Amino acid sequence: MSRLVLDRRVFLTGGLALLATAGAASAHGDTVHVTVHKMAFEPASVEVRAGQTIEWINKDPFAHTATVKDGWEVMLPPGKSATHVVRQDDSVSYYCRFHPNMTGTITVIG
Amino acid sequence: MRMPLVSMLGIACLLFAAPAAQAQDKPTDPQIAHVAYTAGVIDIEAAKLALTKSNTKAVVDFATSMQNDHQAVNEQALALVKKLNVTPEDNATSQALTAAAQAERAKLEKLDGAAFDKAYVDNEIAFHKQVNAALETVLIPSAENGELKSLLETGLKLFQGHQQHAEHVAADLK
Repeated sequence: MSRLVLDRRVFLTGGLALLATAGAASAHGDTVHVTVHKMAFEPASVEVRAGQTIEWINKDPFAHTATVKDGWEVMLPPGKSATHVVRQDDSVSYYCRFHPNMTGTITVIG
Repeated sequence: MRMPLVSMLGIACLLFAAPAAQAQDKPTDPQIAHVAYTAGVIDIEAAKLALTKSNTKAVVDFATSMQNDHQAVNEQALALVKKLNVTPEDNATSQALTAAAQAERAKLEKLDGAAFDKAYVDNEIAFHKQVNAALETVLIPSAENGELKSLLETGLKLFQGHQQHAEHVAADLK
């Protein structure tokens, strides 16, 4: 029985380590990645700290943008990546100017 | 009267959709591929006309986007039919679309300046609305092949985006 508990503990620890690794994969150091694929931002919502970089990776054959109404805009050519350095006041909704049905949000935390 | 393209597409959809109870009236995958590709070609040609006629930045940007996006999605469609070894099959809907587009083009060619911009963008809104309705109600539900269905679904999102973009441009022109 104690062996079973131990095994479970090992399994849980291993599972947590895997989860931590998976989380890190989408936020290498100070860069948070957003994939643009099949007409959608994935993930559509990101939580970031000021000073971090958001990198959009456009896997579509279409040009997209990450546009904040009355604010900044990042052009995302087909098959290319582009970045934006997060400012403290960047808790915003953004959209693709060419395809306004594509939307995302950025929340600045901390 | 400037509605042939839209009304013809509506009629064309009805050709497929009306007797929905009869399975043989459902478009086949080769026909669906032909309709989708034809719609793309029509919008590319309209965009090329707009690029020669308009000097309005919002219209030029929109037309550039239409030309590039429809070209890209049609290249995907061609690659897919080649992979699936499917030969797109001409059909009444494709022919109606092409005939209506020629009539619309004849009208647009006679217009210039703000009148052209408005007519082009208004037609783009109507055209995408009709294509989206056809995709949602006839083409996507009828597609047998999963990859074709998936491409049409991405196409629908793309064209819904185009419709919204066109609506934004139309609002800016006012």
